[in-house]
Amino acid sequence: MTTTPIKFYQVGSFAVGNRLLSQDDRSIQSDPDRTNALTSGHRACQGCGEALGARYALDAAMRACNDQLIAVNATGCLEVFSTPYPESSWRIPWLHSLFGNAPAVATGVAAAMKAKGRTDVRVVGQGGDGATVDIGFGALSGMFERNDDVLYICYDNEAYMNTGIQRSGATPPAARTATTQAVGDAPGNVFGQGKNLPRIAMAHEIPYVATATVADLRDLEAKVTKAMSFRGARYIHVLVPCPLGWGSASCDTLKIARLATQSALFPVFEAEKGEVTSSTPIRKLVEVEEYLKLQVRYAHLFSPTRNDAVINQLQAIANKNIARYNLMPQNAEN
Amino acid sequence: MLRQVEGSKAIADTVAACRPEVICAYPISPQTHIVEGLSAIVKAGKLTNCEFINVESEFAAMSVAIGASAAGARAYTATASQGLLYMVEAVYNASGLGLPIVMTVANRAIGGPINIWNDHSDSMSQRDSGWIQMYAETNQEAADLHVQAFAIAERLSLPIMVCMDGFILTHAYEQIDVPNQEDVDKYLPPFTPRQVLDPADPVSIGAMVGPEAFTEVKYMSHMKNIQALSVIPQEAAKFAQVFNRDSGGLIRPYKMDSARNVVIALGSVLGTIKDVVDEMINDGYSIGVLGLTTFRPFPFDAVRDALVNAHNVFVVEKAFQLGVGGIVTENVRTSLRGTATHDQTLIAGLGGRPITKQSLRAYFEAAVEGRVAELTFLDLDQELADSELAKEMSRP
Repeated sequence: MTTTPIKFYQVGSFAVGNRLLSQDDRSIQSDPDRTNALTSGHRACQGCGEALGARYALDAAMRACNDQLIAVNATGCLEVFSTPYPESSWRIPWLHSLFGNAPAVATGVAAAMKAKGRTDVRVVGQGGDGATVDIGFGALSGMFERNDDVLYICYDNEAYMNTGIQRSGATPPAARTATTQAVGDAPGNVFGQGKNLPRIAMAHEIPYVATATVADLRDLEAKVTKAMSFRGARYIHVLVPCPLGWGSASCDTLKIARLATQSALFPVFEAEKGEVTSSTPIRKLVEVEEYLKLQVRYAHLFSPTRNDAVINQLQAIANKNIARYNLMPQNAEN
Repeated sequence: MLRQVEGSKAIADTVAACRPEVICAYPISPQTHIVEGLSAIVKAGKLTNCEFINVESEFAAMSVAIGASAAGARAYTATASQGLLYMVEAVYNASGLGLPIVMTVANRAIGGPINIWNDHSDSMSQRDSGWIQMYAETNQEAADLHVQAFAIAERLSLPIMVCMDGFILTHAYEQIDVPNQEDVDKYLPPFTPRQVLDPADPVSIGAMVGPEAFTEVKYMSHMKNIQALSVIPQEAAKFAQVFNRDSGGLIRPYKMDSARNVVIALGSVLGTIKDVVDEMINDGYSIGVLGLTTFRPFPFDAVRDALVNAHNVFVVEKAFQLGVGGIVTENVRTSLRGTATHDQTLIAGLGGRPITKQSLRAYFEAAVEGRVAELTFLDLDQELADSELAKEMSRP
């Protein structure tokens, strides 16, 4: 009789489960007593990156403050799919006011808590890239500049998805949206525009700024936990693929988010008081093409004829990120 | 105790006595002295458990107030003119969410052309926003209305604008009995929110409401507004008991007993109007004044009852609807539906133009004799306007 030796997963690999981790190191989601900010039954699309990101982020935030959490939400997909009256998927106190004012409303909630001496209650503001980068930017910058005690999380799917996939200030170059159509001499969104909000946040010299993606949810949890250890204005920018808007398969959400980081188009890093303190090294560098090819919003770069000029321009952006954020330290050492 | 004090300073002291927990401030003339006063009071430690926040815009000011109010804090802000328009989206949101925010509107014209002086175009533009609107005739009343405003707002869970004429009241130094802390504490109970963001009892506020329930939500808001018509007089009566003076309420009739002609107005111009009316009564005219303290919700029944003996009403307005005419007049006319009372509109004081006794008297005398048009602009340079209009009309 032959016996098959038991194979354990290695701690630290992407494939690791929670089984070999100590209780404290396990994902909040694997805990039977896990916090549950955004519960089931909401109306997000299949494969929605934002729903996943919001659940992990807010559950980690709840854990970090002993469930004493209030969330303020900008108008957008997250707000619409989670609270179709009379239903709500939120298990935490939650307030939606308008599209462009979530950071200011969060400031108001935090001020109320401070006035009442409830410093144990913490406040999270959240919204999509349109609410954050565009229409709510003034309010966000004001909240940063005053260093109000709010953690603001942007779920960036790189366009206005709730209104039907229109360009935002976070839409990347060459991407097709309903208002940057893949027609003309320069199809898709133009180059040389757009805002890098994590860097703008850093310029406010707030205590903590981080980027993350839904491809590495443990990293997202860890960054939210770390953000919650600071007082003052904090900002986390989470890349959340949108199958509907990006024209990708619902089952590819995590894969695409991972390719965004591994191609260096989306650098994952942390910053404190305006200085980058760490960046997540790319494990296996891929060409931007690998990331682009899975998304219909970039299909015009490959069909009917391959547009090498534009693909190379996008590759140049990725290369610049590698240098700027030291995403390939193993190469730098050589 | 009477103090010789600037209107804005009296408002700052009064608001502080109401113990707000969150104050958000963005500067716009002529509201600045109010928030400057509050800033000093908070910084000096005279108002504890209060966060004073310098925001980056009026839109943020109202948004911070929304967050604070939803979290159960007594919230206050002040604005005027362009600032009020800049926060409009949040103004409607505050009333839609039923948040009892108190906001001073230091009434000022709206551009363009830009104009910093007083009229009522700003708050009148928000007459359909679902906010209660009360207009102060004097600085004493402005101070008193702020105390009542917190009580009315919190009883109804509705926001209130206390409107006071920019510069004319905000920057005027006069004797004011500024409500003291002891009396305010006696009158104003602590804020008990209807619904609050609390981790111990989580609620979702601001859900998306579709066609299946939106009408009911709006109908209920309407009925809650109507309820203010009974709450406002109750609070005025309660205020009188504690402070021994008459302030607030829905309307303020003056020498109206059996007057055939009644002038209707709101705000500080009522003082000038009363002086003119006194002189005209001395000269044998049958004329009185009806001051509107509450404009939203509009006190239709109270106005109709007050005007039961009036043959003519002259509505003096510091704002109007371009292409239409008087705003207040339309509401008065609704009150008078089915009666034989005539109405005329006098647009006066736009962009801070002085409203003189002389001009008012000339208009009222003509109006009593039926010699005025339905819509008149006081002291209009008709010749200049006509010649410019003629040039415009002659364009191909």
